Amino acid sequence: MEIGSEKEKMGFEETELRLGLPGNGGSEGEVARKRGFSETKATTMDLKLKLSSKDAGMDLNEKAKTLKKEKNLLTADTAKHHAKAQVVGWPPVRSFRKNMLAVQKGSSEESDMNKASGNIAAFVKVSMDGAPYLRKVDLKTYQSYKELSVALGKMFSSFTIGMKDFMNESKLMDVLNSSDYVPTYEDKVGDWMLVGDVPWEMFVDSCNRLRIMKGKEAIGLAPRAMGKCMRNRS
Amino acid sequence: MPRMGYSFPEEVLEHVFSFIQSDEDRNAISAVCRSWHDIERWSRRRVFVGNCYAISPKMVIRRFPEVRSIELKGKPHFADFNLVPEDWGGYVAPWISAMASAYPWLEEIRLKRMVITDESLELISKSFKNFKVLVLSSCEGFSTEGLAAIAANCRNLRELDLGESEVEDLSGHWLSHFPDNYTSLVSLNIACLGCEVSFSALERLVGRCPNLRTLRLNRAVPLDKLANLLCRAPQLVELGTGAYSSELRPDLFSNLSGAFSGCKELKSLSGFWDVVPGYLPAVYPICSKLTSLNLSYATIQSPELIKLVSQCQNLQRLWVLDYIEDAGLVALAASCKDLRELRVFPSDPFGPEPNVGLTEQGLVSVSEGCPKLQSVLYFCRQMSNAALITIARNRPNMTRFRLCIIEPQAPDYLTLQPLDVGFGAIVEHCKDLRRLSLSGLLTDRVFQYIGTHAKKLEMLSVAFAGESDLGLHHILSGCENLRKLEIRDCPFGDKALLANAAKLETMRSLWMSSCSVSFGACKLLGQKMPGLNVEVIDERSPPDSRPESCPIEKLYIYRTVSGPRFDMPGFVWTMAENPALRLS
Repeated sequence: MEIGSEKEKMGFEETELRLGLPGNGGSEGEVARKRGFSETKATTMDLKLKLSSKDAGMDLNEKAKTLKKEKNLLTADTAKHHAKAQVVGWPPVRSFRKNMLAVQKGSSEESDMNKASGNIAAFVKVSMDGAPYLRKVDLKTYQSYKELSVALGKMFSSFTIGMKDFMNESKLMDVLNSSDYVPTYEDKVGDWMLVGDVPWEMFVDSCNRLRIMKGKEAIGLAPRAMGKCMRNRS
Repeated sequence: MPRMGYSFPEEVLEHVFSFIQSDEDRNAISAVCRSWHDIERWSRRRVFVGNCYAISPKMVIRRFPEVRSIELKGKPHFADFNLVPEDWGGYVAPWISAMASAYPWLEEIRLKRMVITDESLELISKSFKNFKVLVLSSCEGFSTEGLAAIAANCRNLRELDLGESEVEDLSGHWLSHFPDNYTSLVSLNIACLGCEVSFSALERLVGRCPNLRTLRLNRAVPLDKLANLLCRAPQLVELGTGAYSSELRPDLFSNLSGAFSGCKELKSLSGFWDVVPGYLPAVYPICSKLTSLNLSYATIQSPELIKLVSQCQNLQRLWVLDYIEDAGLVALAASCKDLRELRVFPSDPFGPEPNVGLTEQGLVSVSEGCPKLQSVLYFCRQMSNAALITIARNRPNMTRFRLCIIEPQAPDYLTLQPLDVGFGAIVEHCKDLRRLSLSGLLTDRVFQYIGTHAKKLEMLSVAFAGESDLGLHHILSGCENLRKLEIRDCPFGDKALLANAAKLETMRSLWMSSCSVSFGACKLLGQKMPGLNVEVIDERSPPDSRPESCPIEKLYIYRTVSGPRFDMPGFVWTMAENPALRLS
């Protein structure tokens, strides 16, 4: 049976708004919410990051097509990894389970029997000063600070996050002195550091949680290499 | 007209009702007449609230004033997979405060996917003098400080089960707060805790509680301490080991083996973190009595798994990693004829290539060899319609079937066709199917089959499937007993949702994320259906900052008798029917 003809048989269009309730659907439904974004400082800030607001109108089929196109363009391995990295919550394995396996693979002698052990999850909480909510991210789904920065930007899209070149002292100072936001993290021993301080893999292994601070507040956390300069300036 | 309610004295009716435990039956009883309703409500001792936002604590307390046991569920199931943002809700605090004054004789609290704070735990420990059972399944928001309060104050505690909760580990000393004269522990599950608990306190606790039957340790308990614990509790029925590794020492092995042999009642084993295969034979003496085995954290290879499983002739439930491979499942099918439930988890879910020899064949073998198999959760990388049809024909007694083919939209690997026909066979043959999770390449056709045949289906999970609103329409119009529907990344939009709005009031909840439901449709639904909370979750920005036709990110709709909730975070909006009800 053709799906198309079935649609017509059901009189689909007719059933669309027949909820069996009196009155028309003319009046605008109102939105009830506790706190609106208009009440936060966010809307006064520039949207410096390119939001994927174009996704809002995107058809799901197109999304799938784009994913498939990406697979063809890149090599098999990286394409698959890239595609997988984009899908949150798939395959549906609980974070508890993923973390438990990850913890074991790190210490077990048998970790080399699993070729792709590097893909086991590393979930950390992400908070942003002034934002009304927390998020959790799996650091293993990113390959570099750049990817993490893009993802954080999407997550907290009303805010601007500066993840500039930290090796360039003056640029760093610009970021820290502006009202941009800067990602910081708490490491395994409880110290708070600027993200970008250490090689990516080391960061993933040592990061316990992320906090996106206002640049000004993060001044005290500047990388050790610049410590002397920072102390002089502040 | 005779007044039936008075033909028996109240006490007699109450006594009769006390034999009726099931909620469904009690609900039926309370609908008979006014006086039965009253007698029943005073005698109901156990309440189950499947969605904590479907009703307010006040309403529950008003209707059932003498409750001794309550079970509450909070976040939607997809929260397990990180699809529900943090701070979404599910706070139990209002329930605990209300019950603290209303139910002084409360004995049991069971929570699933809820947020509970240390303050609430302390309140529980101080408010309910006869408190016996605390089960926190996939909960969060509390620390070991809260546990210390429970340990210190709940003199009659029988069961403390932390499930797979996320606990802030401040210190292992909380366990020492159980007083020396406390001896009533029956069940302790601390497997999710990261930190070391004070080991001597644990030993003493285990030693002085003669009724202890369930003990699930955490990974921090080393193997060389296990034998001692087992010797102090030979009456254990369920054990979760800690880390199952140590350098190979004959004395340790023989102690352990001896200790296991001494546990004549042991029926269930779990744990086995960091497992060293050399120590597995220590459990061989008790394998034949095991009915439940959870090896889903055990990174052991197929040959060892086969050796183990082949000795468990009475096994009813097996949870295992895909290291078991097809060969191991063949052995399982040959040895474990009483198997009811099988869960096979992926060892490497994100790896691009298969790392183990586990295919659809393994599941087919088990479906052939295990006549009582009724509950399956299976992660694999390839599937065929032929295999699904075989499984369906082999096991018409299947009640829960959850298949996860790791690659989204993977077709039948033999024919490259969609898997519609395969899943169609499942719903057609398995007439008592209550729970189904789909995966692989699926068109609207599979939903037609489901709507036509899955008449007992209560919960359906759908991902990356379907072609149009027709798919969703088939489900909503066909599945008469549907209670929970969760959908992600499917091209379902407004039409089917609006056409079946009334159906939503017969269900517990509907979750849709990354679909094509527009903000306008959500508003309309919220407006027209006062018995539903229509919650839009959108972390980008307020949905009314975009055109109404724009799809929203996530939608959670649930029936409720207590109106919109007031504890939502900034990224959740309830579509209310009446602007005057909106609270700022």
